Amino acid sequence: MSIDTRPPVAKAARRAGPAPEGRRSGFGALNAGAQGLLVVWALVCVVPLLWAVLTSFKSDREIFTNPWALPTEWHFDNFVRAWTSASIGRYFINSAIVVSAAVLLVMLLGAMVAYVLARYEFRGRNVIYYAFVVGMTFPLILALVPLFFVVQNVGMLGTYHGLVIAYIAYALPFTVFFLTNSFRTLPGELIEAAMLDGCSHAGAFFRIMLPLARPGMISVGILNFFGLWNQFYLPLVLMPDQDRYVLSQGLAVLAANQGYRSDWSALFAGLVIALVPVLAVYVAFQRRIQDGLAVGAVK
Amino acid sequence: MRYGKYRFIAGFLAIPLLLYVVFVVSPYLQAIYISLTDWRGFSQNRNFVGLANYVDLLGDTRFWRAMWHNLLLLIVVPVVTLAIALFLATMTTLAGRGGALGRGGVRGSRFYQIVFVFPYIVPLVIAGLLFAFFYNPEAGLLNGLLRLVGFDWLARPWLGDTTFALPAVMAVLIWAFVGFYFVVLSAAMKALPIDVFEAAVLDGAGQVRTFMSITLPLLTDSLKASYIYLGIMMLDGFTLLQVMLPDGGPDGSTEVVAQYLYRAAFTDGRFGYASAMGVALCLVTLVLAIVILRAGRRDRVEF
Repeated sequence: MSIDTRPPVAKAARRAGPAPEGRRSGFGALNAGAQGLLVVWALVCVVPLLWAVLTSFKSDREIFTNPWALPTEWHFDNFVRAWTSASIGRYFINSAIVVSAAVLLVMLLGAMVAYVLARYEFRGRNVIYYAFVVGMTFPLILALVPLFFVVQNVGMLGTYHGLVIAYIAYALPFTVFFLTNSFRTLPGELIEAAMLDGCSHAGAFFRIMLPLARPGMISVGILNFFGLWNQFYLPLVLMPDQDRYVLSQGLAVLAANQGYRSDWSALFAGLVIALVPVLAVYVAFQRRIQDGLAVGAVK
Repeated sequence: MRYGKYRFIAGFLAIPLLLYVVFVVSPYLQAIYISLTDWRGFSQNRNFVGLANYVDLLGDTRFWRAMWHNLLLLIVVPVVTLAIALFLATMTTLAGRGGALGRGGVRGSRFYQIVFVFPYIVPLVIAGLLFAFFYNPEAGLLNGLLRLVGFDWLARPWLGDTTFALPAVMAVLIWAFVGFYFVVLSAAMKALPIDVFEAAVLDGAGQVRTFMSITLPLLTDSLKASYIYLGIMMLDGFTLLQVMLPDGGPDGSTEVVAQYLYRAAFTDGRFGYASAMGVALCLVTLVLAIVILRAGRRDRVEF
């Protein structure tokens, strides 16, 4: 892949000649219309989110009477109410615990599998690799019923570690697939040199290859964070204990119960609270996320 | 050395493979077996009934209606999503002032590249709750907007209407997924060989012509892969529908197979029947992947 770093002027100069003048102005009009569409889509992307943020500061009455207006008074107490009485705070912490544990562990385990698959020849290697690849394409819903009983039988239903293990198991295929590709691209001579110097197999992995694979690891880690923060199926089935609900699950239940005990402003505040971590991670790692998405999908 | 190598391999693979087999592989295999039994409820008592569940499925109109909804999602959402993503990606990677050479986007591309991805990173549950309220008949932004511009007659309870509920959900799915495919297609476009574009420009091809005759054919593989990914997600569709229309919509007009399956299993305890639905869904997924991969193979372009 070559990335064009020439300034636009140079590019314009290079194309001088072949394109007839008349046609170029026709494109100008076309491009102006198309530019307009880009602006429209940008608004479509941003307005619902801005609206959610504004709504989260309104009073319940204002939400219903004035959907388009700015809040007359900024109700920061919505957030306090959401965090405490609507239990969003507890759900947030549950999500943070489960997702961070799962992401760290799946990165470690996934990297170990990927490294072995990418760097060692042994019987059954392809079988294992394809078992993971196939696992990425099967619909999760098919596994849900037996999974419920598997987790129940090992006594982990409704526990943090039960959910963490399920998260790890279902994030492994993507992690292994992605990291196998990144380990394959690393130079093998480094390992040989390290082993000649008396480094063990595990030592070569932890001290040399893992640090080298850092860019890929970060991309996969972020994508796993998004995927698991969004996870809805697994907690729905494996986490019946209301005190340990994760955020997505808690919000869905909260919304479903709005009929009885309406507190829309707190619900919106809860939505905004749930959005903050993903937006923060996106803004911080924006470039890397886009590269990661692209590589993951193209392969 | 050799011994050490195999011990190392086994040591590294043991735990992850154990987790994978116990929590992923075995549930999938068990599901196939359970679909051949009449297992109901939580008793250990299950009888092998062969394909009886599948025969029942064939005559189950609720299942076919749910499958029809999945197929509608499968056709409409990927086509619209990819069309929008393709347009946005073309504009921001190929159509700029240097666009005749196939590189560089229009002005502000950098800004768009950040903004267009926002919806994709919003968790689907949150998008669902947000848009359920967006469509709210009284307080929703959509009806508010329609009344504001004088189109009162268009305002309606979107999610409570058998005709509009499913399209309303489709719109949210499209909103949520365009960003991801925008990134994917942009990356694919940046990887295209520049000399083909240069040749096209020298031959006097305009932007539209270049897009139709060069960009699009070269992107066939990326588009097919994208369609398969999106298609698999549309054959599921559980999360968003369960959040926006937990009861399967007005008169069941939006229920998808995954929702019916979930209810059959965890509300009615019909585990055998639910698993048969899962296997059927899996088969449809496979057929979809094969059909798309084989479609238009002759047009394949190598570069």
